[in-house]
Amino acid sequence: MITLKEALTLNPGELDEFKQDLSAKIKASNLGAYIEQHTGEAINTYGSGVPVLIKDNIQVKGWSITSASKILQGYIAPYNATVIEKMTANGLAAFGRANMDQFAMGSSTETSFYGNTLNPHDPTKVPGGSSGGSAAAVAGGIAIAALGSDTGGSIRQPAAFCGCVGLKPTYGRVSRFGLGAYSSSLDQIGPITQTVEDAAILYDILSGHDPKDATSAKLAPDQTAKNLNPDRKLTIAVIENFLDQAGDEIKTATRNAIKALEDAGHTIIYKNFSNVEHHISTYYIIATAEASANLSRYDGVRYGFRKEEGNLKDMYFDTRGEGFGDEVKRRILLGSFVLSSGYYDAYYLKAQKVRHLIKDEYNKVFEEADLILMPVTPTTAFEFNSKSSPIEMYLSDIYTISLNLAGLPGISVPVGKDKAGLPIGMQLVAKAFNEQTLLDGAASAERILSL
Amino acid sequence: MSYGDFEVVIGLEVHAQLNTKTKMFCNCPTSFGDEQNVNTCPVCLALPGALPVPNKEAFTKSIAFGTAIDATVNKTSIFDRKNYFYPDSPKAYQITQMDVPIVEKGHLIIDMEDGSQKRIGITRAHLEEDAGKNIHEGDHSKVDLNRAGTPLLEIVSEPDMRSSDEAIAYLKKLHSIVRYLGIGDANMQEGSFRCDANVSIRPKGDTKLYTRVELKNINSFKFIQKAIELEVERQIDAWEDGVYEKEIFQETRLYDSAKNETRSMRGKEGAADYRYFPEPDIPPVTLDDETLAKYSQIPELPDQKRDRYVNDFGISAYDASVLTAEPELAAFFETLIDHKATPKMAVSWMTVELLGRLNKAGLSIEESPVSALTLSELIVRIEDNTISGKAGKDVLDYLMENSVSVDDAIDKLGLKQISDDGAIIAMIDEIMAANPAQVEQFRAGKETLMGFFVGQVMKASKGSANPGLVNKLLKEKLQG
Ligand SMILES: [Zn+2]
Repeated sequence: MITLKEALTLNPGELDEFKQDLSAKIKASNLGAYIEQHTGEAINTYGSGVPVLIKDNIQVKGWSITSASKILQGYIAPYNATVIEKMTANGLAAFGRANMDQFAMGSSTETSFYGNTLNPHDPTKVPGGSSGGSAAAVAGGIAIAALGSDTGGSIRQPAAFCGCVGLKPTYGRVSRFGLGAYSSSLDQIGPITQTVEDAAILYDILSGHDPKDATSAKLAPDQTAKNLNPDRKLTIAVIENFLDQAGDEIKTATRNAIKALEDAGHTIIYKNFSNVEHHISTYYIIATAEASANLSRYDGVRYGFRKEEGNLKDMYFDTRGEGFGDEVKRRILLGSFVLSSGYYDAYYLKAQKVRHLIKDEYNKVFEEADLILMPVTPTTAFEFNSKSSPIEMYLSDIYTISLNLAGLPGISVPVGKDKAGLPIGMQLVAKAFNEQTLLDGAASAERILSL
Repeated sequence: MSYGDFEVVIGLEVHAQLNTKTKMFCNCPTSFGDEQNVNTCPVCLALPGALPVPNKEAFTKSIAFGTAIDATVNKTSIFDRKNYFYPDSPKAYQITQMDVPIVEKGHLIIDMEDGSQKRIGITRAHLEEDAGKNIHEGDHSKVDLNRAGTPLLEIVSEPDMRSSDEAIAYLKKLHSIVRYLGIGDANMQEGSFRCDANVSIRPKGDTKLYTRVELKNINSFKFIQKAIELEVERQIDAWEDGVYEKEIFQETRLYDSAKNETRSMRGKEGAADYRYFPEPDIPPVTLDDETLAKYSQIPELPDQKRDRYVNDFGISAYDASVLTAEPELAAFFETLIDHKATPKMAVSWMTVELLGRLNKAGLSIEESPVSALTLSELIVRIEDNTISGKAGKDVLDYLMENSVSVDDAIDKLGLKQISDDGAIIAMIDEIMAANPAQVEQFRAGKETLMGFFVGQVMKASKGSANPGLVNKLLKEKLQG
């Protein structure tokens, strides 16, 4: 597959031809990465530029945008997300709906209303999630690049499982206007691409202040692609206790990468994070609390699926009872519980305090380092239906969620493969609004490891 | 009001819509009475992905309000989500301010009819968004979201009021402040100024607060007073019958103006758990010093204006209160003064003559067919003796019905006073010539005939001769 950088040089005729080929390829593929592959519809398109696959929770005008849920069946988005407007203005076109975990809740894309997406490296394995369709399509050669959204690792983890590049920008760097909300204080849209340079190109286009998003940082669009410098020598802090907890093959691949980075002239230092066991609970309290309110608007009154028998209360219960999948319901229940009177202080308020401590811990490391390095996932891609409990699934996010809690930018870059040939990713983290350093470090790693 | 052995404790919550150009969190217009669901967008329809952006104008209006009630205006305030499902609440949560409202710790002074004054504390005033409207039609309901997202300032008083009279005085003062600041229409019928009352009773001398009952859905000052009185009576009756514990519990009651009764709204169901938490889509809003300083500059308030009228114009405190109750009245009065009406004439022609006629016609001062400028011209014509005061009333009647100038009205009605010596002397000469006998009798000392001559002149002039002038000239001529 041609890169985004290359595709941007195609003339309109070449681009049309390319898109026709791509549509045919998608049709022939059995990955289930595009929702259109599940529904049998023609690929949704918007605009005439270079095709970029769009996660099904990002609003594209005129498209059915459902967050891969039943409750949004029939809903047609009447407006564009700010990122879509920016893409359209910069020669890119929304092209196809990427499969995902329902409402971005999941780590395997198994909670999608439409069905599974296969890992292009092994059809018995999940592509990761929640942006599983985006990563699988890019890695599987049926998308040049894709948009994902990352609330607790939903860009980086599938990128690692599928062997592509996934960037979660700093919270506030990319407008959330038009992103179907899961957890407002954690969500960010970002690129999933074949190369670090492509990630920089797409990220630059997406970034910049948006008056329609009150949490958007008042910063001009970034210009990382033209300043991308893989020769920059950086101080990189490895979070050793994170690495120690990872599976053996992840550990080995990551240690090899660290060695290569050191050989290339980067300075490596070692740090530990304390109280890591609180990351998961803090994340699930905050994310589900916000989600419980964010998903309340799906009530059957104004749009989407409605089950209407009996009185108003019945309509609410039946619509939401049938419209939401189990994982979504589980998180709404959990979020409603932690916010309820008598429990608020013990859970939500305490989680907010822990969140500050996590941020402080990152800042402390950044006093000595330009970047932080850690694994993306404890294991490589797992099999479908292999997680015996929700908690086990939640634990697979252990390395990714603290970044969202701290609002920091992170990137997942491929560093190798396990014995079974499944990709292994490595995660770099930078200071807030320091995507340039992040991408410089990632470009260096990409070149050194010559992927 | 007297409540026998009991003291009444009343606290009021007022929802005042702010008259911002756009809604609280989106750019939709806030206009009233448009076709259903026209003034909506992805944000106020709560479509997936839409985000709220706070309206700065709502903050500047709140700064003015906070200044007017001598309150603390918080430099930084925080929005929260209040979760509840209802079709008129599209997000199923309301964005409001819970822990850190924009305005805290203010008060206002109410004036009682006996001339006494009382300070009523205002705990807080916070910004929030209005809900839409559910319209019930037969076996189904419709939702109109035009109003959804309209900015509201919820003004919460301390439980400082001890009678329905005090409650009404507080509400009227608050209403007038909102109008004076120009921050809201405060139209109770249209629902842009809504009041909930929390009412409890206690034996006189007791300091503890007993069970409070919330009265909702009341859309006029008159009904608020009635609803409070009904509720107080219900609670006192229950107490005296020994069933207070059983019958009076914390609940919300709706006032039905048709039946003049209150009835329970939610029953004994436990308090709703709104699961408040800080709104993650809106960071804390911090106002800069410049904005705070700029919008703390507020216009003269009703109390200050009243005192100034008394001091500057020498009018009574009562008249001054009437004239300052609404900004439109005060503006009307000030236009009269600015256009050469003397204060005393302005007061009587405005409060007695004009307001009397408007009341009868069911019109407000804004709807008056006679503008302040026109009334000032009429007053000037009376003061310069062009017409008599009596004729002025006829002119005003005419002006209420006809849109013409004051002078045209005087002409049309032929009410112009003849103040021209020559014209009156000519009439006097004619009358004296026609009544030589009476002239002789007068000159012989029968001065009571003066009335006869005055009457003749007025008759000849069809009542338009200036009576003072007629008297003076007649005396000169007759005594000739
Ligand atoms: Zn709107």
